[in-house]
Amino acid sequence: MSRILFAKSTLLFLTTAAAFSLVGCKDANTAGDIIVGEYASLTGKEATFGTSSHEGTMLAVEELNAAGGVLGKKIKLITEDNQSKAGESATVVNKLISKDGAGAILGEVASSRSLEAAPICQSNSIPMISPSSTNPKVTETGSFIFRVCFIDPFQGTVMANFATNTLKAKKVAVFTDVKSDYSKGLAKFFKEGFVKAGGQIVSELDFNGGDKDFKGQLTTIKGAAPDAVFVPGYYTDAALICIQAKEIGLNVPLFGGDGWESEKLTEIGKDAVEGTYFSTHYASDVASDLSKKFVAAYKARFNGKLPDAMAALGYDSAMMLADGMKRAGSTDGAKVRDALAATKDLDAVTGKLTINEKRDAVKSAVILKVEGGKFKFVETVNP
Amino acid sequence: MEILQQLTNGLALGSIYALIALGYTMVYGVLRFINFAHSDVLMLGAYSAFFLAPVAERLFGPQTIAGALFIIVIAAAICAVIGVLIEFLAYRPLRSRPKLTVLITAIGVSLFIEFTCQHKSVFGADTKSFPKLLASRDVAIGGLHFSSNDLIVLVLTAALLAGMWFLVQRTKMGMAIRAVSFNEKAAALMGVNVNRVISYTFAIGSALAAIAGIFYSMRAPGIDPLMGVQPGLRAFIAAVVGGIGNLPGAALGGLLLGVIETVAGGIPGVSNYRDGIAFAILILVLLFRPAGLLGKSMVEKV
Repeated sequence: MSRILFAKSTLLFLTTAAAFSLVGCKDANTAGDIIVGEYASLTGKEATFGTSSHEGTMLAVEELNAAGGVLGKKIKLITEDNQSKAGESATVVNKLISKDGAGAILGEVASSRSLEAAPICQSNSIPMISPSSTNPKVTETGSFIFRVCFIDPFQGTVMANFATNTLKAKKVAVFTDVKSDYSKGLAKFFKEGFVKAGGQIVSELDFNGGDKDFKGQLTTIKGAAPDAVFVPGYYTDAALICIQAKEIGLNVPLFGGDGWESEKLTEIGKDAVEGTYFSTHYASDVASDLSKKFVAAYKARFNGKLPDAMAALGYDSAMMLADGMKRAGSTDGAKVRDALAATKDLDAVTGKLTINEKRDAVKSAVILKVEGGKFKFVETVNP
Repeated sequence: MEILQQLTNGLALGSIYALIALGYTMVYGVLRFINFAHSDVLMLGAYSAFFLAPVAERLFGPQTIAGALFIIVIAAAICAVIGVLIEFLAYRPLRSRPKLTVLITAIGVSLFIEFTCQHKSVFGADTKSFPKLLASRDVAIGGLHFSSNDLIVLVLTAALLAGMWFLVQRTKMGMAIRAVSFNEKAAALMGVNVNRVISYTFAIGSALAAIAGIFYSMRAPGIDPLMGVQPGLRAFIAAVVGGIGNLPGAALGGLLLGVIETVAGGIPGVSNYRDGIAFAILILVLLFRPAGLLGKSMVEKV
């Protein structure tokens, strides 16, 4: 009997303690800091994207706080890892909003995962800024969802023009990751653009992100004798595809989108990725004064690491949020939303930032080439 | 020509599945349960090679045959020990329990290994670049293109399969394995040390998994703690299609699955469904030959 009583009282104690700690938690939040939630793929398949983006965001928050914060308050960034997994983003964003009391959400790189979190932010009337999800559907979710990067119809057109004009390709094969909204979207817009520019799509094949064997598809692609192959996927898959393409003797240029930009591409792909091209948001070797300052600060903060586009966009997403809060004069979700929607010509690391009526950023794209294990700037394309 | 190229691709991939399938089938043969942790031993084999590669380079110079053999042998030995440990710690205490208990435990062991290895202080969850163990050349014969590594993998796999056949059919330990597989209790009564036979089976199966893991990573040099799941699942299907418990069946099933997967992958519009096609074939085979292609259906005495 006494044991049951003991168990009961322990249980009671624990629940009360839990309840108090929850209350305490909320108290701490409203005390002074502005809570900003971030969800990112810090581990898993797209870990380098999440890490770069997170480091950029972190640097921005540190700089903002060092300069006195926003509206006289410090920003407290709470970051959750979704392990690059489907389903995790919804869980962690729910936690960030309901438990941590985040008043704004930053994230994610991958469109599929941004699409998971966006409806949650929308229904809670909490502004969300995606640093680098390029699928148009992300901001179509609702009025509280923004992004600081260009979208895939633009990126697809840029790559279609690049294939036509620079690569002089007439026949292109498209190899899509059917598991990723980003890949499917980019493939679609590339095909439309390329056909419009007078080109011909000779072969369309699919893979599943995370596959390790692509030789079956690549052999068919080779049989169609394309001048170049467009692979709108992420870097791990892209590197393996480049390797196996070389092995079966498919020696035409492969090119992709911003999903390729990671040091893992050259680390895994080695010689096989030499001479490939991809489009992205920004190149660290051609930059404005502001981005030079950013590169220097980033290098100093992260042991001499050169920031990639994801880092720059992560930085810009936090800066755009801070700018919105300042102009709104409040951290209230609806007011910040209105201020963010009115963002115009904000000086950002990745270029002047203007938000259009679809809550997308209007920005130029750059094309990089892999040469000697490094990413070399080829050209800038304006919208 | 293209279909020949696809067959080459498929055989190279299928021979790796065959190696993995052997491990499933051997364990099933003696213990009558599927060792789901097998696919994670494969992953551990690949990681062993990843960490051994710098050592081998220092000892034998970069990308030498001796270095590659050294890596393969040591990684196989490490995984053999891991396999024996898994059996000893997780399966042996449950041996007299219903098979379902052991099966669930196997899933538990598999998840435990996968998620422990994903932790930052173990391997971390991000994809690592698998080092080049052998300088590979792109070979072109006629219009056929393949990597010299594919050829080596094919030859080594054939040799390992022949070795396994010899081991099981012609050695004393092989006879003991067959005896335990036939009837564990009777074998024990005849003086066969059942525990030792089972440990031995796990050691061999795990060593094969490690080698398969290394071959697999040589084809696709990006490794992560979940890398074993996909090939493991396919090899499991291969073992069932070939007739589980049957060694040549596992080899045949592996090759078949590799070819089907590659050919299906190469058909536009179908490439997305290649796994679906592989599973559909599994169902068809099992409908018409429930014991698998080479399996013999046994009448169970009650």
